Amino acid sequence: MNSLLSSDKRKALGFVAAVFLLILAAAASVLFGLKSFDFATVIGSYSSFTGSDEQLIIRTSRVPRALTAAVIGCSLAISGVLLQAMTRNPLASPSILGVNAGAALSIVAMLYWYGAVFSFSQLMWFGFIGAGITACLIYIIAMIGKGGMTPLKLILTGSALASFASSLNSLFMLISNETLENALYWLTGSLSNSNMNHMLQMLPYFFIAWVIALFMCRSLNIMAMGDDVATGLGQRMAWIRVVTILVVVILAGGSVALAGPISFVGIMIPHISRWIIGNDHRWVLPYSAVLGATFLLLADLLSRFLLDSKEVPVGVTTAILGVFFVVVLVRRKTLGQI
Amino acid sequence: MARSSKRFISLKISALALLLFVALILSIGLGSLHVPVLDVIKALVRMGEAKYQLILFELRLPRITAAILVGAAMAISGTILQALVRNPLASPDLMGTTSGATAAVVAFITIMNGQISVAWLPLAALVGGCAASALTYMLAWKDGSSPLRIAMIGVSISAAFGALTIYFTIAGPTYLVSQALGWMAGTVYGTSWNHVIVLAPWVILCGLIALFQSRTLNILEVGDQIATGVGVSVERKRFLFIALSVILASSAVGIAGGISFVGLMAPHIARKIVANNNGVVLVASAIIGALLLLLADLIGRTVFVPMDIPAGIFTAILGAPFFVYLMYRQGKRG
Repeated sequence: MNSLLSSDKRKALGFVAAVFLLILAAAASVLFGLKSFDFATVIGSYSSFTGSDEQLIIRTSRVPRALTAAVIGCSLAISGVLLQAMTRNPLASPSILGVNAGAALSIVAMLYWYGAVFSFSQLMWFGFIGAGITACLIYIIAMIGKGGMTPLKLILTGSALASFASSLNSLFMLISNETLENALYWLTGSLSNSNMNHMLQMLPYFFIAWVIALFMCRSLNIMAMGDDVATGLGQRMAWIRVVTILVVVILAGGSVALAGPISFVGIMIPHISRWIIGNDHRWVLPYSAVLGATFLLLADLLSRFLLDSKEVPVGVTTAILGVFFVVVLVRRKTLGQI
Repeated sequence: MARSSKRFISLKISALALLLFVALILSIGLGSLHVPVLDVIKALVRMGEAKYQLILFELRLPRITAAILVGAAMAISGTILQALVRNPLASPDLMGTTSGATAAVVAFITIMNGQISVAWLPLAALVGGCAASALTYMLAWKDGSSPLRIAMIGVSISAAFGALTIYFTIAGPTYLVSQALGWMAGTVYGTSWNHVIVLAPWVILCGLIALFQSRTLNILEVGDQIATGVGVSVERKRFLFIALSVILASSAVGIAGGISFVGLMAPHIARKIVANNNGVVLVASAIIGALLLLLADLIGRTVFVPMDIPAGIFTAILGAPFFVYLMYRQGKRG
């Protein structure tokens, strides 16, 4: 496959450029919004904190929000890369396969049964468990029947599970007004309630998952060639699959616990990375991580300005941007065989 | 042989119709106020007590009629789509029809904010549903359409319209959020005779056209080349059927919101009961769809009293395992 950047040197340079872009996006995310600040104010709120309104906004809202966006964008993009490599399906991603919806359902169900008594670290585990159960279900259901896990079956299963989960979600929301207050939050992802503590609690899990994903790059390359080749080259496929699913569950479940289900990041970013640097996962993974973070930061920035009076949840923005992308992707010649 | 099996099929259809009628009578009687069966029948022939008359005719009957019409519309729409796409897993949800209609309706509710009569709601739904399915169909068209391309683009278009729905919900006043949520889940709560009068002509007209054209649908299902060979203008007929399917599904959404999985389940159950002839399947599937939604609504309004749970939630809870079963069976057949 022809890619934009071919030599290793150019890829490395491109990566530096992507990181630079990420820093710019993060800065823009802190600086611009309903209120815009300059750099001096931002630095001042950490070096000489006076407790003024502006400094409070920066410290409790803007900076946590930018960091959360970056962390989630990165995690969702990585889980998309892993899922696409594992299922050898260019359209796999946590939102299409219903993993996000499952995680959201598990959190909403717990909130419904026990009320808002949970600390964030408990919610986080509910997210993990929900994502884990859904991932296993999809895997099992899609394996049933002729031809194993074909792309069409995987997508239909995912969309059926997702609509099942969202129906149960609305059931819980409708029979309990308390849960309804959080309704929109769990229907679509939003970053407006980002909280520094929550992000920091989640970070260690994410970090471990990122590192494991990076170490798996070589296995991913081999896995993408097909089971027979991979087994022939001495890879223990079952073991690699289990680890991949675990990493995806932590990344997707954790993201949902932090910000609700945000769709289409996991499907778009890996394709953009592959378009830039080809199919080698040793490059695709880091590129996707950086580009995913940048994309979500920019999408969040955009959603602050879409409506005059209120903020649009970032999940709405990514979904609308994502559709154009998927349509182009599905119509492309390389997917001619599907 | 042919005659006896034909008689057998009409027997089965009559049995289904009878089942629907029994469910209808039961459903009218059950509710927060139980009305004995005998009184129901008395009230239906206008000889019952005045208090029953009011509850039954002004509250329950319109709601139940709406459930029957919506269920039948969804089922016919699903039957047509499954035959056209030649894929047993197709349904109006897959083409983006349901989510497009929902987005249009929520936009209508929140942006117009009750300034325009509800009678226009089905029209809004129709426009939204047609727009979304047309978009899916056109975008998936590339030297013909493939099931996976339709599925994939349909899923994405649905997601985008879902996002738009939430956008409209937020853009409008907060007190409408709960109303919009209930709507999205799919419910026939609060339907009146006005709704029924708006919906009925569409369903009956489109249903009859589909029934009269069912022979063409059979031929289309076999394959484009054979259809052309026996003198059917494939593209024109296909367009007609897609239009019928979209009109049925979106006018149903206009009345009842996003009722999911009925369009998927009913045709399969129908095919299991009667032969694989689309004309018969259409009738059976319409009855079964009506029955499904009637029962879902009955559960929704009786089990969780005093709450009224949207029927769409129960059809989804029933539909997802059904979907898994379909997948399993499809795999076994090879």
